[in-house]
Amino acid sequence: MFDFDWSIIDQSLPLLGQGVMVTLKITLTSIVLGMVIGTLLAVARISIYAPLRWLSAAYVNCFRSVPLVMVLLWFYLIVPQFLTKFLNLSPLTDIRLVSAMVAFTAFEAAYYAEIIRAGMNSVSRGQNYAALALGMTKSQTLTYVILPQAFRVMTPLLLTQGVILFQDTALVYIIGLADFFRTATNIGKTTGYEIEMVLFAGAGYFVVCFCVSLAVTVVKKRLKL
Amino acid sequence: MNTPTEEAMIVLNNVSKWYGDFNVLRNCTTSIHKGEVVVVCGPSGSGKSTLIKTVNGLERVENGQIFVNGTEVTSKRTNLAELRSRVGMVFQHFELFPHLNIIHNLVLAQEKVLKRNREEAREKALALLSRVGLDQHTEKYPSQLSGGQQQRVAIARALCMDPVAMLFDEPTSALDPEMINEVLDVMVELAYEGMTMMVVTHEMGFARKVAHRVLFMEEGLILEDTPKEQFFDSPQTQRAKEFLASIISH
Repeated sequence: MFDFDWSIIDQSLPLLGQGVMVTLKITLTSIVLGMVIGTLLAVARISIYAPLRWLSAAYVNCFRSVPLVMVLLWFYLIVPQFLTKFLNLSPLTDIRLVSAMVAFTAFEAAYYAEIIRAGMNSVSRGQNYAALALGMTKSQTLTYVILPQAFRVMTPLLLTQGVILFQDTALVYIIGLADFFRTATNIGKTTGYEIEMVLFAGAGYFVVCFCVSLAVTVVKKRLKL
Repeated sequence: MNTPTEEAMIVLNNVSKWYGDFNVLRNCTTSIHKGEVVVVCGPSGSGKSTLIKTVNGLERVENGQIFVNGTEVTSKRTNLAELRSRVGMVFQHFELFPHLNIIHNLVLAQEKVLKRNREEAREKALALLSRVGLDQHTEKYPSQLSGGQQQRVAIARALCMDPVAMLFDEPTSALDPEMINEVLDVMVELAYEGMTMMVVTHEMGFARKVAHRVLFMEEGLILEDTPKEQFFDSPQTQRAKEFLASIISH
């Protein structure tokens, strides 16, 4: 049997904390921006302008049909120059972190778009009629009647997608970005406590994901879904 | 009973509509005068609900013209949202907004569409809720009310917009029998006050009591368009006779 020595964790906490920050930055940015872009994509999907519908459908289908690791690598290898110019970044910025955030946002937006579209479809046609009959414009109807109801129904799914995203951030391993997981393994490799560190990292992800999953169950009950 | 004026409020001129190959409305022509109450009846699938939804442009038509209060609904240049804000509509399934409490259901469109301020809109809402007897329920959510109460709230919500006419699309069809009357009572009162009303319903008691005219539809055609006495006492078409017999026989 192994002889575990957990003291290594105690010593590495400051470094691990930095890794956690990177993981959280990527997760939160892509949840927030992904949802915003996802909502725009979902609304574009029901636009009366056909080109907007096509563009949105093309975007969603493209990103849902390629592996996330590939998107991550692609954004890292091909897009940095473009990103630096486009986002007006100083040359000192860690391009790996930015490209990871952009890649995850772009990728998650496609998934959020589909969840939000399904949520909008779940709101009955009569609600749309009722809002329009009161003289509301299409955008007022969406903003005040359809989307609030859609988001209520979607909350558990959106949270679950957030959990998946959080787990997926560990894939930034491939571009050498020191998130929580990569930091843990790096420390393990250099100190010789690789097994302890990987186990510890796994426990970290498990605790967060399990807690959010429990929260989803509670939310479902609260919202009577 | 209130006497309608000669002024036309709703005019349908040769209105036709297709769902693909299915001709759901065929050359429907009629007009409803200001202050008039017109009941639209007929077997299910006859196009009644579609017809009433064309009046405020919720359903597009392929042919013909529709005017409400002098504005052409069927014209591309018409601001439909503006027009709809002046035409109240009540639906079979109430369609209250489930995520908003009762008072917010009534305030929302007043604020966003009519640009009334919160206080003004609240005052109006409270006045109309007390009129339909529901001013005790302002903070409740639609799901906490009975069907009859929800439908009365829906009527109050439409009245908040100070409509020039009211459209009712089977307002009592989804209600339990004991709740039908509380909704009809509100509608009868509105009719007596001189509101212009177009009502799709099978409630022939209501039609006898307050309607001026009855439209009978079948397969997208307006088969009869007659004063109510004539419709009930001597319907002209065989189909209308059968229809009346079928709904009154029990």
